[in-house]
Amino acid sequence: MAFYRPARWQQTAALVVLAALLALPSLLDVLDQSYYIGFATRVLIFALAASSLNLVLGFGGMVSLGHAAFFGVGAYVAAICQQAGLGEGLLVLPLAMAVAGLFALAVGAVSLRTRGVYFIMITLAFAQMTYYLFVSASLWGGEDGLPVYERLRLGGISLAGDAALFFVVLGALTVTMLLFSRLAQARFGRTIQAIRENETRMEALGYPVLRYRLACFAIGGAVAGLAGALLANLSGLASPNLLQWTQSGTLLVMVIIGGVGYLWGGVVGAVVLLLLEEILLAWFAHWHIVLGLLLLAVVLFAPKGVAALFGRRDD
Amino acid sequence: MLPRLTALAAALMLAGSVHAADKVKVGFVSTLSGPGAGLGVDIRDGFNLAVKQLNGKLGGLPAEVLIADDQQNPDVAKQATDKLLKKDKVDFMSGIVFSNIMLAVGPAVFQNQTFYISANAGPSQYAGEQCNPFFFNVAWQNDNLHEAVGKYVQDKGFKNVVIVTPNYPGGKDAVSGFKRYYKGKTEEIYTKLGQLDYAAELAQIRAAKPDALFFFLPGGMGINFVKQFVAAGLSRDTQLFAPGFSADEDVIKAVGAPMMGMFNSSHWAHDMDNAENKRFVAEFEKEYGRLPSLYASQGYDAALMMDAAVRDVKGNLADKKALQKALEAKRFKSVRGDFKFNANHYPVQNYYLRVIGKDGQGRVTNKTMGTIFTNHADAYAAQCKMK
Amino acid sequence: MTQLFLEQALNGLQFGLMLFLLAAGLTLVFGIMDCINLAHGSLYMVGAYFVAAAAQAADSFWLGLGAGVAGTALLGLLLELSLFRQLYRRDHLAQVLATFALILIANESVRLIWGPAPLLLNPPESLAGPVEIAGFFYPAYRLVIIACGLVVAGLLYLLVAKSRIGMWVRAGAANREMTEALGINVRALFTAVFVFGAGLCALAGGLLGPLLAVQVGMGESVLILAFVVIIIGGIGSIRGALVGALIVGTVDTLGRALLPTLLRATLPADAAATLGPALASILIYLLMAGILFFKPQGLFPARA
Repeated sequence: MAFYRPARWQQTAALVVLAALLALPSLLDVLDQSYYIGFATRVLIFALAASSLNLVLGFGGMVSLGHAAFFGVGAYVAAICQQAGLGEGLLVLPLAMAVAGLFALAVGAVSLRTRGVYFIMITLAFAQMTYYLFVSASLWGGEDGLPVYERLRLGGISLAGDAALFFVVLGALTVTMLLFSRLAQARFGRTIQAIRENETRMEALGYPVLRYRLACFAIGGAVAGLAGALLANLSGLASPNLLQWTQSGTLLVMVIIGGVGYLWGGVVGAVVLLLLEEILLAWFAHWHIVLGLLLLAVVLFAPKGVAALFGRRDD
Repeated sequence: MLPRLTALAAALMLAGSVHAADKVKVGFVSTLSGPGAGLGVDIRDGFNLAVKQLNGKLGGLPAEVLIADDQQNPDVAKQATDKLLKKDKVDFMSGIVFSNIMLAVGPAVFQNQTFYISANAGPSQYAGEQCNPFFFNVAWQNDNLHEAVGKYVQDKGFKNVVIVTPNYPGGKDAVSGFKRYYKGKTEEIYTKLGQLDYAAELAQIRAAKPDALFFFLPGGMGINFVKQFVAAGLSRDTQLFAPGFSADEDVIKAVGAPMMGMFNSSHWAHDMDNAENKRFVAEFEKEYGRLPSLYASQGYDAALMMDAAVRDVKGNLADKKALQKALEAKRFKSVRGDFKFNANHYPVQNYYLRVIGKDGQGRVTNKTMGTIFTNHADAYAAQCKMK
Repeated sequence: MTQLFLEQALNGLQFGLMLFLLAAGLTLVFGIMDCINLAHGSLYMVGAYFVAAAAQAADSFWLGLGAGVAGTALLGLLLELSLFRQLYRRDHLAQVLATFALILIANESVRLIWGPAPLLLNPPESLAGPVEIAGFFYPAYRLVIIACGLVVAGLLYLLVAKSRIGMWVRAGAANREMTEALGINVRALFTAVFVFGAGLCALAGGLLGPLLAVQVGMGESVLILAFVVIIIGGIGSIRGALVGALIVGTVDTLGRALLPTLLRATLPADAAATLGPALASILIYLLMAGILFFKPQGLFPARA
């Protein structure tokens, strides 16, 4: 295993895709297929969430089965703010990130004391607690969830139109991916990947291993919170279902399909999974059987995920 | 480009206001899998039966019913609804069973100016301050059936009642509805939503020694509760009460004889004596081989309501104001007998007492005992300022 | 009051014993093969469906139970030979993904075969009512479940603690390489343990079927509980699984029964009504986080 190093052609490809995405809403509008703007926004939001998990899992080597908790907390922060009349995105989105990030910091501080499978289980336990907390909190709608009646404004501009929200999500994803790319190659990224490869050695070298891990875990949580806040605005609802452990499982599946530890792994995984769902569901109601078989095939025959087919992570 | 599109849209709308549509599209999102599936399936079957009896038409126009499963998950429901509204461009929507899901998809439906004919979910929000010209409920307001039980329990002189309901907003509505008419002593037990084992709660009930027990546990929860209640021997000293949805054919089929003697409230019963109902019950049994539940009757009525309104506006579905008037006028014959819509688009109707026992053919089923409320409206209508 | 306490204790015991049946297989697969099996809950679900279908076909609950357990064990054998064998050597991530895939496949297949509505499974007619013990009525069927659970737990204890196979199993859990080096056919041992675990799942699913509901998704909630149990008890330890299961069963039952009353006495009614069920449902997770905080390897670590 070695450090992540981006290939030049990937950057070119990313730019081309970005340009195509910028033109997408107008194109769909002309084709009278505006439903797909919302769908594309959803895909990008999940790409963001999966990428945040990829940072924790792929670069940090921490198998968290509770990532949906941060995703859900972000959604609830947005919904609570917006219901209280605070609708400025420049305030709400950073706040959602901050709360989700701090929560991740607290969860990480306890969970990172454990290793391996115990870590998987304790993150799961925290996510379950958060889930039950929101299910029971009648103040925030309990099982019904908390509706978002009016979408965010960004610098005064309303995101009520689907295209506007799409561009904001696209912007958020672009910035995040740029930052992650920087982060992975910076000192922090190198260290965190080195810890993934050999924790004992890094500890012996005097690196504050726990602190690095914790920082990585919290950044991942914060970005998941951002994705959650955006999703609440897209679907108009923050519901406890976002926090269920199967949601964590779905995010994990996205990352693994896409390619663990590849910068674009989360994005590719989200796109592949949601497109498969959209297409397969139309002609086979029991599409989960197909998905399950595909996942098994990935595990058995393409253990490095789809992004591995394109990317470089020379062993 | 934008002005051109707007002009195009305006032209289309103009065209629509002159010509009748060539078909009616109905988006039907309902809970068709999971523990609540029985409810959604009954609404769907009732709806489909009505469409079939109308020769596949609604108001004389060919009907296309697009069905989607919400898996009792508000996010899934929202996605399915968006698709139906924006991609399939449906004219009506219906089918949602649970109020929390209704509240999740409502704003998108109303914003799109599509009429929603609810065949079950009747949240208090849409009956009161958030009432909406595009929302109609053909069944009841959530509190109504609980209110009816509360009234009966109060009138019969029960003094010590335990209430069991899931810890979710619908459950709390049930408690407040019941207590609006029952003024005696209560002990409330809140359970986890989707809970299946009630051993701990049954022990609490045994210790409380109530003379009556009122529970609202929709779907599979109610089935398990009644089974375990009887198995624990509690039915000997405590009279069971429930709203109609916890004591209808779906639950009876699963529990069977142990349910005999249980009282419940409903706005409809399969033994109601009117020509429409007799035909509905007979045809439903013929088509699906089981007795219809109140959910099925509501789905059936929703289709009839759409049929009458489309006929009223002569198929001109683009004139929303006229369509709203036609829906409000309620020109169809409901299987529950006559009723009318209140200003908040919820029914003003009678509520009846039913008891579970054996019918003439030896089947365990509901039997109507009498009327609890006549022309009963909901408690929220006064807060509604309908546009 | 003592009656209430006794009844709740019986309820806790019944719940705990069923959790133990699920956790026993899981902890061994986990401990010996170091394999995370998220699909363990799916075996419980499939087991319950097999039992319900067989009971309907044979018109006898006990025959159905036997056939369902055998059928699920057979399914476990097929799964072990075809899939799990290849997973043992892989990392936890691959195991999580593959077994998550199995959950999806199992849920959808069950829905495809038996439909979306829950399946009906009734207890034997003679056990449907209550019996009187110590001055109060208790459901006869729950007593039968307790009895079954105690017998199986006892047999399992004898098997693991006293028999030669059990010795190998314990050795495998403590140190796999060493056990292999001693010339024990670990591969066959793995298969046997996995199949046995699948059978126990089906037993729990079949016994609980009449009480709860045989439905799609029943495996997931129980899976999480089973994981909590083995984490509390210590992975790979049968004794830990038993203690953990009883703790979780008792804490959950008592929490649900007593917390609301306790809170009502100390807090305003409104706050108590909201907080009570919330606290009751997160109690066991709090317990697990607390135990892991002080004992990161669980109460009875199998690897010293």
